[in-house]
Amino acid sequence: MTETYIARSPAIASRMLGGEMMVMSTVDSTFFTLNPVATVIWQAADGNTPLSEIVARHVCKDFEIDPETALRDAEHFVKELSTHGILLLSDRPFPNSSAAPTEAA
Amino acid sequence: MSLMQEMSQRALDLGVPMSVHFDVTYRCNERCVHCYLDHDDHGELTTAEIKRVLDELADAGTFFLTLSGGEVLMRRDFFELLEYARLLLFSVRIKTNAVMIGEAEARRMVELGVDQVQVSIYSHRPGVHDAITKLPGSLRRSVEAIRFLTAHGLKVVIANVLMTSNMRDHAGVQALARDLGVQYTLDPTITPKMDGDTSILNLRIPGSELGAVFRNQSLVGDVEQFCAPPPAPDEDAMEGYPCSAGHTLAYISPYGDVFPCVQFPLPSGNVRRQKFIDIWRNSSELNEVRSIRAKDLPVCSTCSHVGTCTRCPGLAYMEGSMRGPSTADCEKSFQRTGIRSANMLRKDRNNAALGPLIQIQAAVA
Repeated sequence: MTETYIARSPAIASRMLGGEMMVMSTVDSTFFTLNPVATVIWQAADGNTPLSEIVARHVCKDFEIDPETALRDAEHFVKELSTHGILLLSDRPFPNSSAAPTEAA
Repeated sequence: MSLMQEMSQRALDLGVPMSVHFDVTYRCNERCVHCYLDHDDHGELTTAEIKRVLDELADAGTFFLTLSGGEVLMRRDFFELLEYARLLLFSVRIKTNAVMIGEAEARRMVELGVDQVQVSIYSHRPGVHDAITKLPGSLRRSVEAIRFLTAHGLKVVIANVLMTSNMRDHAGVQALARDLGVQYTLDPTITPKMDGDTSILNLRIPGSELGAVFRNQSLVGDVEQFCAPPPAPDEDAMEGYPCSAGHTLAYISPYGDVFPCVQFPLPSGNVRRQKFIDIWRNSSELNEVRSIRAKDLPVCSTCSHVGTCTRCPGLAYMEGSMRGPSTADCEKSFQRTGIRSANMLRKDRNNAALGPLIQIQAAVA
């Protein structure tokens, strides 16, 4: 199975507000809010950790969702965000991804 | 309700300073005739101090950060500050005259993910624009900068402040914005200087010109709707607060002073002495601003415009009371609808009471 790696685009602005993540594309000013599950995935998008591991480690455990459903939903979510250019997807880890900025909670 | 409005409401409910306007300098390379600032440097925040404040703003939940001045590019560390702000993932907007923006600066702004650059343009005619900025060649240089910015894909908004010397040029500036492929926004508000000097208010455009602006479809959209008489204010209007100043918006000066808004010079604390979040949460001045509802305004609560007026509490404060009327906004409401505000009617009555003490009428033969 091919792994998916996810990294936040540098062309975004984001901030936590009342438990939800606000994200705005600086390219076209499209504005998104992420629900708590999506927020956990977003925050874990360090470019190095495979999506399956993010789901297993954070989503299934914290939200008590079965692994198969959680991974399917997560894959759908990351693909959708990637079409808007705010999340980058790759089948291998991103170089220099440890420098990815993080949001203040 | 749009997603953005939903988040703004949530920020209001949670008491989060979602937007901060940060003037990083008052120094400027232009000397605009209507400017309300003192351009001398009286001890600006250092690079390290500004970075610390930006950390505090991120922690406080600020999302929209407007970097302005003065002219932001007068600070040699501007791009260092901008880079730091973007590392903290603010949505950054820059207000500038753009005179110092060349190809390299435009490219850097794009690389750093700036959301929007607002450029002040007063006229499409160099003679008029440059006479306002008092910087020869400034229109040419600002327009050239806009071309650099748009060529790199940056969103640019032309801000057109109207005053007596350029009040007929808005159509020309609008056309210029269209040619450049950028947005256009018009502002007929001239504010007193921050030291209270009101002499520049004589640059405000006369009411008749304001009325013409409000009846210009290209500026206001649906004129009939825009100029419609105000509906009777309902309970929501009376319980409403005037604007986001102090509620979800704060202003920070280059010296670290915190105010509810750039147009509301009510000193509320200083980030050199206190953490921003402590000022935001505990300042008695900000809490007073937050406590005011339309129903609490002695004159405006009786006004037919109370539910639709653009009353600026900062302008009211500069006129003497943050609970009082803002005469500039009374004039706007009147010019928009033809209906005099409660404040205008009160003045009419006072003037009538102070009328001539002796009236002489010629005897009819």
